[in-house]
Amino acid sequence: MNKIIEIRFHGRGGQGAWTATQLLAMSALEEGKYAQSFPSFGPERAGAPMMAFVRISNQPIKLHSDIYNPHSVVVLDPTLLSAVNVLDGMQSNGKLVVNSHESPSTLKNKLNLKDQQELWVVPASDIAIEILGRDITSTAMIGALVKATGYVSLDSVLKQVQKRFSGAIAEKNIILIKRSYEEAKKA
Amino acid sequence: MSEEKSWREIPLGGLTWLHSSEYKTGEWRSFRPVVDHNKCTRCMQCVIYCPDIAIKYKPDVNMIEINFDYCKGCGVCAEECPVHAITMVKEKE
Amino acid sequence: MSKIVKQEMMGMNGDTACAYAVKQCNPEVVAAYPITPQTIIVEVFSEYVANGEVTTEFIPVESEHSAMSTSIGAAAAGARAYTASASQGLALMYEMLYIASGLRLPIVMTCVNRALSAPINIHGDHSDAMGARDSGWIQLYCENSQEAYDTVIQAWRIAEHKDVLLPVMVNIDGFILSHTLENVAVLPDDAVKKFIGEKKIPVVKKPSGELTPYVLHPDYPVSMGAIDLQDYYFEHKRQQAEAMKNALKVIKEVGEEYGELTGRRYGLIDAYMMDDAEIAIIVMGSTAGTAKYAADLMREKGVKAGVLRVRSFRPFPRDDIVKTLSKVKACAVLDRSISFGSYGGPLFTEIRSSFCYECEKPIIINYYYGLGGRDTPPNLLENVFSELKRIVETGKIGEEIRYLGLREDSIDSVNYKAELISFKDLNTGNIGGK
Repeated sequence: MNKIIEIRFHGRGGQGAWTATQLLAMSALEEGKYAQSFPSFGPERAGAPMMAFVRISNQPIKLHSDIYNPHSVVVLDPTLLSAVNVLDGMQSNGKLVVNSHESPSTLKNKLNLKDQQELWVVPASDIAIEILGRDITSTAMIGALVKATGYVSLDSVLKQVQKRFSGAIAEKNIILIKRSYEEAKKA
Repeated sequence: MSEEKSWREIPLGGLTWLHSSEYKTGEWRSFRPVVDHNKCTRCMQCVIYCPDIAIKYKPDVNMIEINFDYCKGCGVCAEECPVHAITMVKEKE
Repeated sequence: MSKIVKQEMMGMNGDTACAYAVKQCNPEVVAAYPITPQTIIVEVFSEYVANGEVTTEFIPVESEHSAMSTSIGAAAAGARAYTASASQGLALMYEMLYIASGLRLPIVMTCVNRALSAPINIHGDHSDAMGARDSGWIQLYCENSQEAYDTVIQAWRIAEHKDVLLPVMVNIDGFILSHTLENVAVLPDDAVKKFIGEKKIPVVKKPSGELTPYVLHPDYPVSMGAIDLQDYYFEHKRQQAEAMKNALKVIKEVGEEYGELTGRRYGLIDAYMMDDAEIAIIVMGSTAGTAKYAADLMREKGVKAGVLRVRSFRPFPRDDIVKTLSKVKACAVLDRSISFGSYGGPLFTEIRSSFCYECEKPIIINYYYGLGGRDTPPNLLENVFSELKRIVETGKIGEEIRYLGLREDSIDSVNYKAELISFKDLNTGNIGGK
C-alpha cells in the first residue's frame, strides 16, 4: 500500500520547526523509508507564525504539492494555539501534539477536537529550559510526536541527533528528546 | 575572401580560420604617418598609444619604425607625439 | 544488473543535490551570484571550496551577467565551468546566454525556476527558463531532487559530446524542489569521476584542411566569435541547429549509460502508464510527480489515465512525443508560463504543431497552472483527468485554453479595468471618484 503519512509543524520563525522536520525526515530515511521535508515558503521573519511539513512513506514519494490534510499536527509554541487554527484540515482521526504546561484535560476543553482526534501534551518549554537552558522545543517535540504516533522509532531519531549535532549539544538533545518522550501524555 | 563555404565546411563557433596577422589592415589606410627622425626624442609615446601595435622601437638603429601592413592611418600617434615629429600625409592613389 | 554501483541514500533538497553533484564533478571554475531560490547551491558549494573538498576556482562575481561571462571565459580556455541562477538573475544573463551557445561552450548551469517580476515573486514557475528557450541552450527539466543530482552529472557528458558542444541548463522547480529535502541516492565520488571522464578539447578543421584546437591557448592562437555578417552568421546558426538535433540522440545515450550505472534510466521523455492510456496529462518538472499520483488515483477508479513528462524541452523530442500520444484520445498540456498573446503556452503550441500532419492525433487542450508557485495538488489534476474523460465521452471540447487553480468570480466585476484621466484632472483632484 502506497500510504503517505503527512505531518504539519507549527512554529514561529527561528524556533527550529524546519530543522525539526528535517530531523524527522532523516530519521525516516535512517529506517530505509522515503521522506520529504519542506517549510511553508514565505517572507521569513523571526517570530512570525510559520509551518513546516513532513511526508513519510515506505514507497518513493511522487507527490510535490502542499499538505492540506495532515495525519498529525505538532505545535512548538503554545501561544500559536490562539494565533492560528492549528487544527485546520487535520484528518478526522488525526493527532495533535502540543507543547504546553497546561494539563491535558484542561487543554482539551479549550480545543475543539473531533471525536476521533487525539490530543497529546508535553511541557516541552519547561523541559528544554531545564536541560538546554533555552526555550528551544523543536527536538523535544519530535520525542513527543514519536510517542504519540510511532511514525519512526525513538532510536532512529536519537541516531540522527548524533549525526547532526556533536558533543554536549548532541548529548543534551538526546536527554531532552527522551524526557519529552516519557512526559508526553494523551488527554 | 575566397569562395563562400557551406555550413558544413566551416569550423564551429565563428572560429576565424586565418591568423589575425594574416589580415593586413594596412589596406584600409587613407592617411599615412611620416616620422621626422630629427625631431623624434624616442620617448615612445607613439609605441604605447598605437591601437594596432604597429609602431615598434628598433634599438639597433635607435629609431621608431611603423609597420605599414597593419597601420590603419588612424593618426593617434601624430596627435599624441609631444614634439610633433609625426605628420599625417594623404596616401597616394 | 550486477553493473549497478552501490549508492548511498542521503536526504538532500534539490539545491544541495545539485551542489553535491557539482562537488563530485569538481569543475575547474564555478562562478555564481546568489539569488533566491538558488542561494543554497552557492552557499553549500562555497562551503565545499572552503573545506578543500574541491579544487574548483570559485569566483564570487558581482552579477549574473558576470557569472555567465566568467563561465564563458573559463570554458573558452578549456575549463569545465558551472554556474547557477534563477528568475531575474537568468534574465540579467540573457545576452551572455547566446554567447555561450554561439561559441559552442559546454557550460553547465542549474536554473532554479522562479517567476519573473513584476509583481515580485520568489516562487516556482517556468517563466524564467522559457524566456531563454531560444537561446541555444539545451534545457532539461527535473521531476525531483534525485533527478536534479543525476542530471547535473549527465549534463557534462551531453554538453561536451563532440556532436553537441552546447551549454546545458538543468531546470529544477524553485522551492518545490530546491528547498524540499528528499531521498537522494548518490554515487561514490570515483564513479562520478569515471562517468564524466576527463575534459577533452575539440579539434576543428579549417577550410585549408589544417587542424586547430578549439580553445584559447597561447600556442594555438585563435579568435572565437569574430565578426560574422551576412556572409557567414546564418551558416553558424545552422550548425547550432544541427548540434541540437544531435543532442536528441546524445541525451538518450547518456541517460541509458547512466541507467546502467545507477539503475535510474533517463531519456527525452518520461512516459508513465502511457501504454494503454486513453487520456493523458503532459507536463514538465515537479508537477509531473503529482500528476503521476493523480493518475494512480484515476486508475484505481478504472480510468485509463497516463502522464507524459517532457524532460528535454530543448531539443524538443517531437517524434517521441507524437509516438507516445498517437493512441491517446484526449490530453491536456500543462504550461507553467504564459507566452503573452500567444495561442496557448509554449509546451502546448509546440506539441499541437507536432501533430499537424499526423493522421492519428488526440484532442489536445491547454492549461496554464502554478504561476508564481501556485500549488497544484492532486485534486486539481484529477479534475483535469475528469475533464478529459468528459471530452472523450461527449466529444465536446469547450475552451481549448484554460487556467488551472485560478480564482474566477461569477460576479460581473470590472475592477481590473482602468479609466483614463488627464494630468489636469490629476492636479485638480478630479479623478472620477464620487
